[in-house]
Amino acid sequence: MAIDKLYNKKVTDYFLHPKNMGEIKNPSGVGRVGNPVCGDVMELYIKVGEKNGQEVITDAKFKTFGCGAAIASSSMMTEMIKGKTIKEALKISNLAVAEALGGLPTVKRHCSILAKEALEKAVASWQK
Amino acid sequence: MCPGFKKVGQMKVYLDYAATAPVKKEVLLAMEPYFKEKFGNASSIHFWGRQARSAIDQARATIANFFGSSSMEIIFTASGTEADNLAIMGVVLKSKIKKPHIITSAIEHHAVIKTCEFLEKRGMAEVTYIKPNREGIIEVAAIEKAIRTNTILVSIMYVNNEIGTVQPIREIGKMIEKVNRDRATNNRQRIYFHTDAVQAAEYQPMNVDFLHIDMLTISGHKIGTPKGIGALYVRKNTPLSSIIYGGEQEMGLRAGTENVPYIVGLGKAVDLIHKSKPKNEKIKKLRDYYIERITKEIPDVYLNGSQKSRTPNNANFYFKYIEGESIVLSLDLEGIACSTGSACTSQALEPSHVIMAVFDDHFRAAGSVRFSLGEETTKKDLDFAIGKLKKVIKRLRAISPYAKGK
Repeated sequence: MAIDKLYNKKVTDYFLHPKNMGEIKNPSGVGRVGNPVCGDVMELYIKVGEKNGQEVITDAKFKTFGCGAAIASSSMMTEMIKGKTIKEALKISNLAVAEALGGLPTVKRHCSILAKEALEKAVASWQK
Repeated sequence: MCPGFKKVGQMKVYLDYAATAPVKKEVLLAMEPYFKEKFGNASSIHFWGRQARSAIDQARATIANFFGSSSMEIIFTASGTEADNLAIMGVVLKSKIKKPHIITSAIEHHAVIKTCEFLEKRGMAEVTYIKPNREGIIEVAAIEKAIRTNTILVSIMYVNNEIGTVQPIREIGKMIEKVNRDRATNNRQRIYFHTDAVQAAEYQPMNVDFLHIDMLTISGHKIGTPKGIGALYVRKNTPLSSIIYGGEQEMGLRAGTENVPYIVGLGKAVDLIHKSKPKNEKIKKLRDYYIERITKEIPDVYLNGSQKSRTPNNANFYFKYIEGESIVLSLDLEGIACSTGSACTSQALEPSHVIMAVFDDHFRAAGSVRFSLGEETTKKDLDFAIGKLKKVIKRLRAISPYAKGK
């Protein structure tokens, strides 16, 4: 790791200027995961609509309490799922999130796992 | 101005002096001849050896003078951590009691806590970890109550490294002395009292008789030497076993060729503290200004630790609704250095054991940040930090799910 930054440029960028930060009013689904004991809590909001007869995530937003990697991971996840069908979105692995961020430090891998869990929970709440 | 960044474009402010401080120029100057010119091994009997020995003797005398002790009572180590290990393990190893009891606190530095845990796990000692009160102070009465017939050691830190609380060391020392007087009349083994004074050396009274202590740890790099030197004061007749075996250096209590330049450096650093005018008031004034502005100008901020019994260079805040690493990281990107004991920064992924012991609150442990001032800190540095901090806290709260509508 470069000595001038704790995280790589991309993670730092998503931490400082996170995309899709905020809440969706009347969301189709919300997933809240994590707890203060581990230091990270993520809230993922999704809006699901129909497109060509398929259920598509038309909008996604997040709110996160946590470290830089947690904020960057949740933001990246919202970016990756937007426009995807539910089925496609659920296929995104935590590793894909970490890779899209140009890699995460080993001790921060759990942040990308948390982002995946947040999506799964949001989808589950929509399916109810 | 901030050390190390005097000429660079971006303003940088170092507010992490409790982690480590820059080497003082007088210290570096004093050390310099002992790397190449006066490089001898202090155990050699020739001129070079005697030169090194004399330098060590002088440093030892300076430090002894600072503590109000004799030279024979100072043991040089490679760190504060090693000095803590030596004090605790040394007393336990030498004890004649089968399973001795140690009293320490839940807010000690890991150098003390992990050593005690090791002894406990190995079945070599019983340990009581005293909880602090809400101010982060270890109460004398709580220690007195924890004393058992097999108690042989009390180890309580002088100044807490995270929340800056100054512990009532002198009062604890006097209480233990009273207990020891009773024990003496019954021919029972006395209790020894150790304090980790790593964060205290620069700002607190350090006379060992005034404090009524038997052992005291200091670390060089917190007071202006390079990293890699510490010392343990050990009162005469304190039964102590070595924990590093080899040569007979340091009165047989710490084997290994003496680190002459670093010992000289530690002597110089201590001498500078001893001879300088007390700078507590100046730094306290700056620190109080910092605390006042932050608690007034940022909503939902709480000061961790005692207002009254606090080292003058420490400020530790709980910023509600957000997490510490994200604060430290954001400030780092703005050129400001501070630290957190919370989950992510320390690679251990554990919340601050100090904040947890005081408040038993995971949000507070995760959202607390320490700023520690030093000799070179100016009001301008603090104003710069406050400006950036306000911006950072606002930004992170906008991202947090807990700060809705705040």
